[in-house]
Amino acid sequence: MSVEFRKALFADERDDNLVEVGKPTRRQDILGHVTGRSPFYDDHLFEGLLHMRCARSPHHHARIRSIDTAEAERMPGVVRVLTGADVPVNLNTLLSLMDFGRDDEPLLSTGKVGYRGEPVAAVIAESESQANDAVSRIRVVWEELPHVLDVEQALAPGAPVVNDAYPNNSFDYHDKYDHQKLRFGDVEAALAAADHVVEGRYEMSPIEQAPVETNGAIAAPETSDRLVCYTSTQALFFSLATAAKLLDISSSRLHFVGGTVGGGFGGKVDSIVEPMALLGCILTGRPVKFAWDRAEEMQVGAPRGGERWYLTDGVMNDGRIVARKFTGYFDAGAYTRLSSYAIVKATGHLPGPYTIPNVSSDILCVFTNRTPATAMRGFGITGVDFAIESHMDVVAHEIGMDPVEFRILNAYRDGDMKPHRRVAKNCALIECAQVAAEKANWRIGEAFRRMSSTRDGGGTRARIPPTVTDTDGRIGDRRAGRSAPGPRRTIAPTPSEPFAPSPAPDAPPVRGPSISPPAPAAPPVAAPSRPAPPPTPAYSHPVAAPAYDPQRQPAPPAAQDPPSRPSRYSRFATNAGLRRR
Amino acid sequence: MTVFKGRGFATINYPIGMNLGGDPSQALVHSNPDGKFGVALSSIDLGQGMKSVTRQIAAETLGIPVEDVYVDTADSDTGPHCMGSFASRGTHRVGNAVIVAAKEARAIMLEAAAEELEVNAADLETDGRGNIHVRGAPGRSITSGEACQAAQFKHGKTVAGRGIFLIPLSEVDPETGEMTPVSCYAHAALVVDVAVDDETGEVTVEKINSAYEVGRAINPRLVEQQLVGGAWMGLSHALFETTEPYYPDRSHGPKDFSQYAMPGPGDIAEHDIAILERPAPDGPFGGKGPGEMCANPVMPAIANAVFNAVGVRITALPITPEKVLRGLRAKGGAHAGPRH
Repeated sequence: MSVEFRKALFADERDDNLVEVGKPTRRQDILGHVTGRSPFYDDHLFEGLLHMRCARSPHHHARIRSIDTAEAERMPGVVRVLTGADVPVNLNTLLSLMDFGRDDEPLLSTGKVGYRGEPVAAVIAESESQANDAVSRIRVVWEELPHVLDVEQALAPGAPVVNDAYPNNSFDYHDKYDHQKLRFGDVEAALAAADHVVEGRYEMSPIEQAPVETNGAIAAPETSDRLVCYTSTQALFFSLATAAKLLDISSSRLHFVGGTVGGGFGGKVDSIVEPMALLGCILTGRPVKFAWDRAEEMQVGAPRGGERWYLTDGVMNDGRIVARKFTGYFDAGAYTRLSSYAIVKATGHLPGPYTIPNVSSDILCVFTNRTPATAMRGFGITGVDFAIESHMDVVAHEIGMDPVEFRILNAYRDGDMKPHRRVAKNCALIECAQVAAEKANWRIGEAFRRMSSTRDGGGTRARIPPTVTDTDGRIGDRRAGRSAPGPRRTIAPTPSEPFAPSPAPDAPPVRGPSISPPAPAAPPVAAPSRPAPPPTPAYSHPVAAPAYDPQRQPAPPAAQDPPSRPSRYSRFATNAGLRRR
Repeated sequence: MTVFKGRGFATINYPIGMNLGGDPSQALVHSNPDGKFGVALSSIDLGQGMKSVTRQIAAETLGIPVEDVYVDTADSDTGPHCMGSFASRGTHRVGNAVIVAAKEARAIMLEAAAEELEVNAADLETDGRGNIHVRGAPGRSITSGEACQAAQFKHGKTVAGRGIFLIPLSEVDPETGEMTPVSCYAHAALVVDVAVDDETGEVTVEKINSAYEVGRAINPRLVEQQLVGGAWMGLSHALFETTEPYYPDRSHGPKDFSQYAMPGPGDIAEHDIAILERPAPDGPFGGKGPGEMCANPVMPAIANAVFNAVGVRITALPITPEKVLRGLRAKGGAHAGPRH
C-alpha cells in the first residue's frame, strides 16, 4: 500500500505554508483508545443499574389483539414492564425536527406492527438475563396481516397498507407528488434523437452499518430533578430533542453526554435507545441501560436501505451523453426515519458528475414490511453511484469507447450548469480520472490526458435549456391505478448569457422567467412541438478558474415563508423550505 | 477451472454535508489562565478523528501550538449545538465554526499582546510556536500564554470566541428539483484489478489504484486512514455484505459476524492511493470530507472489472459467487473483455 500527494495539481489555488494544517499530528484521543481507557457510553456504570430488553414482533405485518404482561411482571428481578401506553407522546418521525414529514412511528407499538422485530413492550430488570427471560413470558395475541416486501409491488393497487400515516405506501412530497422530480431539458426528445439508447436496472440490498459498539444508552437520575443520558449517538442534540418530544419533557431537564463512539457509519442517528432508557429511568427512578445485542443491531437496527434504479441514456456516436433518465425506488421499510431526505439528496446529485444537457428523475420513498432503513455511509448516493457507474461502463461498451475516456469526455467542469440549476465549480473529476489511469498504467489518448476541469466549461454549457415539465405521479395516482401521463408544459429557457464565475459558491444562476407552476387559468401547453435538444457545445469556451478565497460563504437564503404552524417542540430548522411533506 | 483477470474503472463526486432544513454547527473557544485553549463542541468523534481535526484547525487559526489546544465534546450542558456527525459534514461544518470562534479569541489575544508591547494589534503576527511578535521585528515578542494572562488578569478581558457555521436551508422545487443541495463536492476515481474463478464464482480483488480529491488533507494520516478503511468497506459492500442476501425476500438474515459475511485479512487488496487537493472555496482551509465518498467508487469499479474479466454484468449488490456462477451459466461460460 502506498499514499502519495499530487501537490502540483491545483497548487495555485492552495496555500501550502500553514503551520499545523496539513501535518500528520497524532490524535488527541489515541492513547486512551489504544490503552482501552477512553470512556464510551457503556463505561458509565451505576450502582443498581437496571437493564432493558424488548418484546418484538415475529411477523412482518400484524394487528396487536392484546398484550398480557402479567406473567412477565412476576418473573424474578423484574422491576417494571413498559408498553406503548407508558410513552407520553408515542408517535414521532425523526425529521419532525426539520418539520419534514408526518409523525408515523411509535416508540412501542400498540395498534399494529409493520415489520419483523418491531418493539411492542419492554422489560426492565435487575440483570440482562432476567430481562430476557421475562420478555419470553410476554403474551401477545397477533392477527397476521398480508405483507409486501417489494418496492414496486408495494405501489401496485391493492397492496397492503404498510404505514397508516402514508396510505399509498409512499412518502408525500410537497403535498403534491408521490416522488421528487428533477426536470432539466427535454429528455424524451433527446432520447428520440440519440444515436444509441441504453437502458439498465440496478439494485442494492440492505447493508448493516456494523459498528463494533452496538447502539446503546444509559440514563440515570441527576441532582436538581434532571436526567443524565450517556449515549452512543452520532447526533447529540438530535437525540436529546427527540427524547424530549417523545417523553414530553423540557430539554432543560435532559443532560446528554456522548462524543466518543465505537463507530457509527450512519446507524446511530435514529434516537431510539435514548428515549427508551430515559423512560425506564423516569418510571423506575433508577439508572437504566438499554443496549442492543448484535442480533438486534443487525436485524432490528435500521440498515442502509435497499434501492432499485432504472436508467436510460441517450448517447451519440462520438460518445456524448445527450440524455439521461432515472426512476429510483428507496426501500424505506415500515417507517420513514431518514429515507425521505435521502431522496432529496439523491435528486441534487443526479446525473452524477457529468454534464448532460437533458436529465430527468423520479425518485420514490416506498414503505414495505421490513426493518426501517436509515442513514449509512454515502446515504442517498452510494446506490445510485453504483447504478450510474455500472451504466457508464455498459454504455461505453455499447458504443465501443474506452471507459476512462468516455467519462473524461462527459465529465463536469467549472462553469457548467447542473440539472438542479446551480453552476459547477471546484471540479476535479477529470484530474482524478487521469491520475488513477496513470497509476494503473491504463493508457488513454493524449487529448484526454490534456483535458482539465478548469478549462472549456461554461459558455453554452452554463445554459438552462427549455425544460419540459409534467404533473405525473400525483399523490394517490399509482394506488388508484391512474398511470396515464398528464399534460406537458415547456418552461422557457434562460437567455443565453456568457458565463461568469459565480460570486458565491453554488449561487443561483442568472435566469429568465420564473418557473412557478402554471396558474390554473392558463391552459397547459401541449407537448407536440417540443424543441430539439440543445446542441452540446464543442469545448471551445475557455474559462479561468475562480481564485480560491477562503472567506467566501454560501449565498444568503432566499426569502422564507413564515412558519406554517406553531410548535411546542424543538426545531432545528427555520420552518420554511422543505415543509411538511 | 480457469481464473480470468479483469479491470474496472469508476469515477464519482460526493456532496459534503446535508441541506435539509439548514445545516448549522457551533463552537466555543476560550483560554484558561495560562493561555491554553479549550474548544467546546457537541460533535461526535466516531473514530474518524473529528476531535483531532478541529483541534488542528483551532491551533492554526489561533496561531498557537496544537499541544496548547484541547477539544472537549460532547456534553449538552457545555457544548453548543451541532447537527451531528454524519453526511461528511464534520470537517467542513464544524471546522468552519471553529475558525469563526478561534478568530474572535485570537483577536482578543492579539489586542492584549499589543497593549503589552505598546504596538498596534494589526502589526502583530503569530509564529504558531507560542510567540506573538511584531511583523518584521521578531525580537519584539510576547508569548501567547503571557498575552492571555495579561488579558484576563490585567485588562479584565475573556480570551474567548463564539462560532457558528450555517448552510441555510434550500427550497426544493416540486416541478423541476431546483435546489442548492450543498456547497462543495469531493471527487474520486479508481481502477480495480480482479480475478474471477469460473468454477467457484469467487471474485478476488488483487489491486486498487485510486485518486481521491479531498479539498485539503488537514491531517494527512487521518485522511489516509479514512481512504484505506473506506475503500475496504466499498470492497466489502461490493462482494460480501447484506442483511438480506435474497432481497426483497427476508430469509437468511444474519444475526452475528459469523453469519454476516465480510472480508477477512486475506481478502484485503493492495491499494495505492494518490491524494489530490483542490481547496473548497468555503471549506476550512479548503477542507471537504473524505469520510463517505471513498467507499462509493469501489462497488461499481468491481462490477465493471468482473464484466471485463468474464463478460457477466452483475447489476445487484453484493456480487456473490452464486450470482457470478448463474451469470456464467446464462452466458455459456466466460467471455473476457479487452485488456486495458
